[in-house]
Amino acid sequence: MIKSVKRVGPPLLLLAPSLILVGIFVYGLIAVNFGTSTTDIHTAAQTTGQEPSSNVWFKNYFDLLGNEAFQHSLKNLALYTLLFLGGTLLMGFVWAWLLERPIRGESIFRSIYLFPMAVSFIASGVVWRWLLNSGQDQSATGLNRLFQMVGLDFLQNNWWNNVDYGITAIAIPAIWQLSGYVMALFLAGFRGIPEELREAARMDGTTTWQLYRHVLFPQLSPVALSALIIIGHMSLKSFDLIMSISKPANYQTKVPAIDMYIYKSSFDYANAAAIGSILLVIVAVVVVPYLIRTNRKEK
Amino acid sequence: MRVNRRTSVLVAGAAITALTLTACSGSSNDNGGGSGGSGGGDSSAEVEVFTWWAAGSEKAGLDALVAAFDEQHPDTEFVNGAVAGGAGSAAKDLLQSRLQANDPPDTFQAHAGMELLDYINAGQLEDVSDLYDEFDLREAFPADLVERLTHEGNIYSIPSNIHRANVLWTNPSVLEENGLDPNAAYDSLDDWFADLDALQEAGVTPLSVATAWTQVHLLETILLADLGPDAYNGLWDGTTDWEGAEVTAALEDFEQAMSYTNGDRDGLDWPEATQLVIDGNAAFNVMGDWAVAAFEEQGKEFGTDFTAVPVPGTEGVFDFLADSFTLPVGAPNAGGAHAWLETVASLEGQTAFNAAKGSIPARTDADPADFSEYQQTAIDSFAQDTIVSSLAHGAATPVSTLNAVTDATSKFTSGASNLSTFQSELAAATAAG
Repeated sequence: MIKSVKRVGPPLLLLAPSLILVGIFVYGLIAVNFGTSTTDIHTAAQTTGQEPSSNVWFKNYFDLLGNEAFQHSLKNLALYTLLFLGGTLLMGFVWAWLLERPIRGESIFRSIYLFPMAVSFIASGVVWRWLLNSGQDQSATGLNRLFQMVGLDFLQNNWWNNVDYGITAIAIPAIWQLSGYVMALFLAGFRGIPEELREAARMDGTTTWQLYRHVLFPQLSPVALSALIIIGHMSLKSFDLIMSISKPANYQTKVPAIDMYIYKSSFDYANAAAIGSILLVIVAVVVVPYLIRTNRKEK
Repeated sequence: MRVNRRTSVLVAGAAITALTLTACSGSSNDNGGGSGGSGGGDSSAEVEVFTWWAAGSEKAGLDALVAAFDEQHPDTEFVNGAVAGGAGSAAKDLLQSRLQANDPPDTFQAHAGMELLDYINAGQLEDVSDLYDEFDLREAFPADLVERLTHEGNIYSIPSNIHRANVLWTNPSVLEENGLDPNAAYDSLDDWFADLDALQEAGVTPLSVATAWTQVHLLETILLADLGPDAYNGLWDGTTDWEGAEVTAALEDFEQAMSYTNGDRDGLDWPEATQLVIDGNAAFNVMGDWAVAAFEEQGKEFGTDFTAVPVPGTEGVFDFLADSFTLPVGAPNAGGAHAWLETVASLEGQTAFNAAKGSIPARTDADPADFSEYQQTAIDSFAQDTIVSSLAHGAATPVSTLNAVTDATSKFTSGASNLSTFQSELAAATAAG
């Protein structure tokens, strides 16, 4: 007994501060948030206890999920994530593939592709807000104006102002910004494949396509999965880019994170907390299987 | 040695735990400090004034007010608590957190009227009606206004200025170029729509508008034009039926007005929409009287380069909003706040502030000669017209109602709902508030 305390005690003590801090400020606050989401705190007076609040269990969740506007937000989130994920994976992969064989000036290309990631979403949003201006013909600016100048007038459109799939226009800057990062991931994956494997395949007389298809691509699947998780959870949490291109009150680009912000500033803490929990669950659905998988592999 | 190290780790761990626990218990402190009178100190050595006036004419106004304050109260130091960004939304968010954490500023800026209701219900504001008697404000302010500021017999803020929301800004040369009379007076929305139709056909943007809140601003002026001041006021106290035929007709007019507007509206904010009129790319814009600063800054002459009249159908009505200052419960320097509010209410303070900001004094005893030509016309109307409260600027409804109205409006103007859905969503939004 005393022996095991001696063995486990010091490391446990060393870890204790961070365990306690994480316990309180991450898991404790998640619990508080969940607790708030099961109450009926919808007004300012209830937040300070001037008026009573009571526990309504999952009513907020049912109300939200049954609410047409919130369904619209969820649909927007799904559309956005789909395009953002597909776009970055495709672009990133193609760039990495192009840069995979050492070529002259590779580092310049790498920097150019990776550079947009260094810009914050807010800053790039300000520029893209102008580029994605929905004015057409005489009042066109940004991309619509560019299309006019090169004689592609038919490509003019109202970008993010379409109420059904306008959110996908906001995925364009997001893809622009993170494709370089996915490229870097894939490039590292390509570089991690031992040269011997290529040589062996060539000795066996494969064509270049067969070499990629049967030798190199299969080895990139862990990289692809990491990229999927990283981009996926970023997409689900998207807020800043959408806020800086559109305005929180614009219905066409609403996502749950923006609804949460608006509820919070309306003193409706219960609904804001409920949306927070819903977002946490959605992210968990994406991330947890991945964590389980990597955990198993490490064993 | 080993024992020593272990002990120190233990001590450190315990210290951190203790610190964390105190931090937590601090924030979950009592919530009911509301009724305890002015809980904070009475120090008047300084006053922290929390505003979102950090740039442009607003900053100039605040500076002028501070100069007046320094003259009247040289012993009290002014501490600027201005928070920039997001047309006040960044400041409001921070204010909300500070009030929840029982760390209020000594006084903060808020739109007068129902926007304060949340803070009042939350027990975060002191009743300042006794200051109205102390500073003789009941005589100085119009009775209409004082009535509008009173909530269940108490008054919670002192307005520093008055803005008018129902102003139609016009670029006369655009009208002239398209064969319309630039000096036409429109008695009703229908007269106005006839000219808008003509402009539409000529290929000019007839009416410029910006993002959702400016669309709500337009909606409110059209409701006011169609319903008249009494029925408009009834929308907020429940005596006018939101589902009624009158409101349907007004919403149809709103739909028609929106059909004349620029396609890129949701990407713009009000200065850009006003700029369209200044540059002659649009003929009309409905915006509050703070837009006058945008015209004047660019050297435009009132009467020749631009005109400003009440929105058609709202002649004789003053759709008001006001910035005002409050006394939060538990303000650390209540004495300083008292001094600040005295300056805000004083004739010198109001004159200095409004001459710089472009709004007009709430006091009726101000000398019109101290103000610009446009402001003089506004002062005249404020003294004579029927005063109603603005929806888009927090005077008529609490924040949550305004947010719900804005949501419904954005949904409607982006084409996601039809008129009858819009109407029932508006009814639901105002009923919930």
